[in-house]
Amino acid sequence: MTTTVTTAPALDVAAVRAQFPILRTRVNNKPLVYLDSAASAQKPEPVIEAEARFYRESYANVHRGVHTLSQRATGAYEAARERVARFLGAADPADVVFTRSATEGLNLVAWCFARPRLRPGDEVLLTEMEHHSNIVPWQMVCEATGAKLVVAPVDERGELRMDELDRLLSPKTRVVALVHVSNALGTINPIAEVSRLAHAVGAAVVVDGAQAAPHLRIDVQALGCDFYTFSGHKVYGPTGIGALWGRKELLAEMPPWQGGGDMILHVSFARTDYAPPPARFEAGTPHIVGAVGLAAALDWLDSLPREAVAAHEHDLLAHATESLAAIPGVRLIGTARHKASVLSFLVAGVHAHDVGTILDSEGVAVRAGHHCAQPLMERFGVAATARASFAVYNTREEVDVLTAAVRKAQRLFA
Amino acid sequence: MSELTDLYQEVILDHCKRPRNFGPLAGADHFAEGYNPLCGDKVKVYVALDGERLAGVGFEGSGCAISTASASLMTEALAGKSVPEAQRLFDEVHGMLTGDPSTAAEASESLGKLAALGGVREYPMRVKCATLAWHTLQAALAQRPGQAPAPVSTE
Repeated sequence: MTTTVTTAPALDVAAVRAQFPILRTRVNNKPLVYLDSAASAQKPEPVIEAEARFYRESYANVHRGVHTLSQRATGAYEAARERVARFLGAADPADVVFTRSATEGLNLVAWCFARPRLRPGDEVLLTEMEHHSNIVPWQMVCEATGAKLVVAPVDERGELRMDELDRLLSPKTRVVALVHVSNALGTINPIAEVSRLAHAVGAAVVVDGAQAAPHLRIDVQALGCDFYTFSGHKVYGPTGIGALWGRKELLAEMPPWQGGGDMILHVSFARTDYAPPPARFEAGTPHIVGAVGLAAALDWLDSLPREAVAAHEHDLLAHATESLAAIPGVRLIGTARHKASVLSFLVAGVHAHDVGTILDSEGVAVRAGHHCAQPLMERFGVAATARASFAVYNTREEVDVLTAAVRKAQRLFA
Repeated sequence: MSELTDLYQEVILDHCKRPRNFGPLAGADHFAEGYNPLCGDKVKVYVALDGERLAGVGFEGSGCAISTASASLMTEALAGKSVPEAQRLFDEVHGMLTGDPSTAAEASESLGKLAALGGVREYPMRVKCATLAWHTLQAALAQRPGQAPAPVSTE
């Protein structure tokens, strides 16, 4: 009998960094320390190159014309859809709709799935940790239908109160919409468990995966949700492209999102027959090159040893949490047991925007503000936090630069 | 890129930590609110007018060092000024923060302590913090009796 010993390949962070030209930038005469990947990740050479090469060699419009380039472009666009499907663990690429962003994915579900179904008195259940993009569309459809918004709270650590969520679920609940990984807290939500509870009352589950996609392995089958959306620019891909996966039978029932070319079977002035999904939801010339760039980003991400990436990112978060928690006067917001990538913090006596400016003077890029999660900020009684977020290309040394810069902010305001 | 200490000058840090004329102003007859929703800075400006003269100016609110110090410095600089003088001061501060370099240099010459705000012009994302209190003051002065003015924003 032979025993196979598998060791996870280590992550060569220097080699990863070498693929990101922008990381060689200097900011204020200091090496750039980019800790704002939760806002948007930087792009590796293969993504930049894939877009440029596509424009140089393969560009034409898609789904139109029989000429060679049009066929080549259509092939690349549809191959990108297959790539996204594989990334999400989706069984059929036809269940993947290209959108502008995760925001558009959520709006699409709110207006095309929920809007026709919601009746006065129905409920849409959200969580307190949602990004505005997973609040406002639901408020809009609730206003249009007379349905009610219900909010499941988070605890002091920033974990979803599953007992409360369970209590708030009822046969009136038609939709549960929640974030997979919180952009402001880093909390990882137990989506599979939420799906199980929601489905027990007949509610559909809509997941905002914008922050999860760069860090977690996504498997929409295992998560058991009904819709899952993410954006390209946070997974090292281009801006202006995102994807929405939906259950085939639900997508099939939904009316179009926008009207235009490419979403039709036949048009006359009397009536229009709509194309089946996904084309039904992709009116007009899509962001072809964005889709190609997104596929390149997913290829690149999946070429890295996944376990090692997760271990590295976990180590960065743990090191940063420990380093900042050790500084008197620093308060961490969001200390859930299961977290990814994000570290929100307050420095006593220094407003988050001043923290942001002072860190920038040391070359450190962090986000400062309410992170498009104002209800959550109110929950924690703060107007704004500084947020460091970590990606595969960050290092422990960069975390140390962050820590030193926070101490500098304290000295300046002492 | 200027030095951080040009932005966070001693005067700014002092007024941020110990804001002057902070709190509701007794006898105020003009009032307005400023709010920058993107960054969350909030300020309320109170003015007590004695004829054409600003007998007292107070403020309260929460925000970054720049917005707090700017409001605090403003209340000090305005006390006792006439309404046209206050408007002139507004124009000069505005010129220092957003005008072309020669306007800015000229304005900062005549502004005394307020010149400490001049470092902000090198930080375009922070100019709105420095101007919030001033725009709120303008709204307060324009307020008619019994009318609640709409909140001001500089974003």
